[in-house]
Amino acid sequence: MNEIINIAINILLDPFIQTILKIVVIIFMFVMPLATVLTLMERKWSAMIQDRVGPNRANLPFADNFRGRGALHIAADALKSIFKEDFIPRGADRFLFTIAPYFGFAAALSVFAIVPFAAPIGDFTFQITDVKPGLLYIFAITSLGVYGSVLAGASSNSKFALLGGTRASAQMLSYEVFIGISLLGIFMVYESTQISVIVDGQNTYWFGNLIPKWGIFTQPVAFVLFFVAMIAETKRAPFDAPEGESEIVAGYFLEYSGMRFGAFMLAEYIAIVGVSVLMVTLFLGGYHIPWLHLWESAPQALVTILQILKFTLLSVFFCWLQLQIRWTIPKFRFDQTMALGWKKMLPVAMANVLVTAIIILLAN
Amino acid sequence: MELKVKTVNRIDGFQEALYLPAIFNGLRLTVRHFFKNLFGSREVVTIQYPEEQRHVSPRWRGRHRLTRRENGFIKCVACYMCETICPAHCIHIEAGDHPDLSIEKYPVVFDIDELRCVFCGLCVEACPKEAIRMDTGVIAMAYSSRNRFDYTRDLLKDTYRPNKETKYTDIPLPKTEEEALPNSRGIPST
Repeated sequence: MNEIINIAINILLDPFIQTILKIVVIIFMFVMPLATVLTLMERKWSAMIQDRVGPNRANLPFADNFRGRGALHIAADALKSIFKEDFIPRGADRFLFTIAPYFGFAAALSVFAIVPFAAPIGDFTFQITDVKPGLLYIFAITSLGVYGSVLAGASSNSKFALLGGTRASAQMLSYEVFIGISLLGIFMVYESTQISVIVDGQNTYWFGNLIPKWGIFTQPVAFVLFFVAMIAETKRAPFDAPEGESEIVAGYFLEYSGMRFGAFMLAEYIAIVGVSVLMVTLFLGGYHIPWLHLWESAPQALVTILQILKFTLLSVFFCWLQLQIRWTIPKFRFDQTMALGWKKMLPVAMANVLVTAIIILLAN
Repeated sequence: MELKVKTVNRIDGFQEALYLPAIFNGLRLTVRHFFKNLFGSREVVTIQYPEEQRHVSPRWRGRHRLTRRENGFIKCVACYMCETICPAHCIHIEAGDHPDLSIEKYPVVFDIDELRCVFCGLCVEACPKEAIRMDTGVIAMAYSSRNRFDYTRDLLKDTYRPNKETKYTDIPLPKTEEEALPNSRGIPST
């Protein structure tokens, strides 16, 4: 019996197995539930904003027509997209059409590979991998996400989808620039691109123990710029020109149906969670709870739980904020999107980098 | 004549170009609605239709019905007033001799095509005997087949749904079908 336990412990201590377990736990216990619930919450919350009721009709006929205030719509949506016909239009590039949704899906999921959810305990980190390039990896991955929409648009054999794909690629490529430049300040302040270093850097304080050096305090301009650029990367309102309903119907995923369409939708919500998680990690101290280090006798387990809780709550808050923004601001015309990016955000981001550099130089 | 041109004052300047003040104003509004509806006082005006129904005014023109006499006969004397005035030509009447000699005629056939009906209420106004009314309170008729919208006399004669708002108690129900309507065309009432 002891041998079996020893073998089990050895397996669990194996870094490879640990990584696999972390991936499974993070994706299936954090990302997927949150993204799936967001698909319903988007509809419920928008209903609240607009004084409507929202979806509440899905019920269980065998359980006394149980409705659960619309919660069953999650299951109904999943069932519907599974059993719908998986339609491939005539003249479409079957191979690219088939794999395109999963580019966006994979890119959206890859963000979570480098995000820490709590402080490491000994050798065990609550992070799938802490790669040295850190945020540069995020930039690379978001660039991959462009392929999803471009391939979908190009392979659908539809003019609307092609236009949508073109718009999506132009918009995403542009806003990647601002993601990069807005984060330059963060790199300079915390002197690294590695996520763990940046997060630990936010656990130091100004004026003794008064104000934590969170990214939002050290780089307030970058906070706004990064948030706007990331919303543009998710291609949601107010930057949803690639899906302009009035001009190009649904844009690049116009021809998709069934589960592949579901993959696009879910990728969108995973991207929302990804943006929230990055915002918390880079600008709101990550998992660090401010002033908790003053409580020196805090038990390790409690601290870890509190950290995961703080991280999750703030992530949910940013998901909510993104939905709130989406249902508040009317969308930008495509040229306005581009003008906002290149004529306003770019100079501001550059100036931010310059000012940050000067301040750091003077402070030293 | 000179053209009337209204110049719209565009607000330009730094604050507008920044977008952020406008966005915060918008967010303040939506967040207020969000939390108001999240906690307690929901301001929704939605009526959950099949379960709740909209308040129907007593003057609401719903589906027609043919009223009856004390003894259960329908009041209609087949005078063709309603058929004549109907702008949609949806009423079709065929008259027959009434068994009671004091009353001249009664409708052997009284059909209303509810799909053609425009619910103008002119038939009700034209009727000299108050034989046709639209106070059933039936808002919607929904069937899967077209010919079910052809309401015949026997369907119309009893399509009265009790409604809080319509006070209609002066007509007793007939003892039996045969007693109420002799020479019925034989279309079973459902």
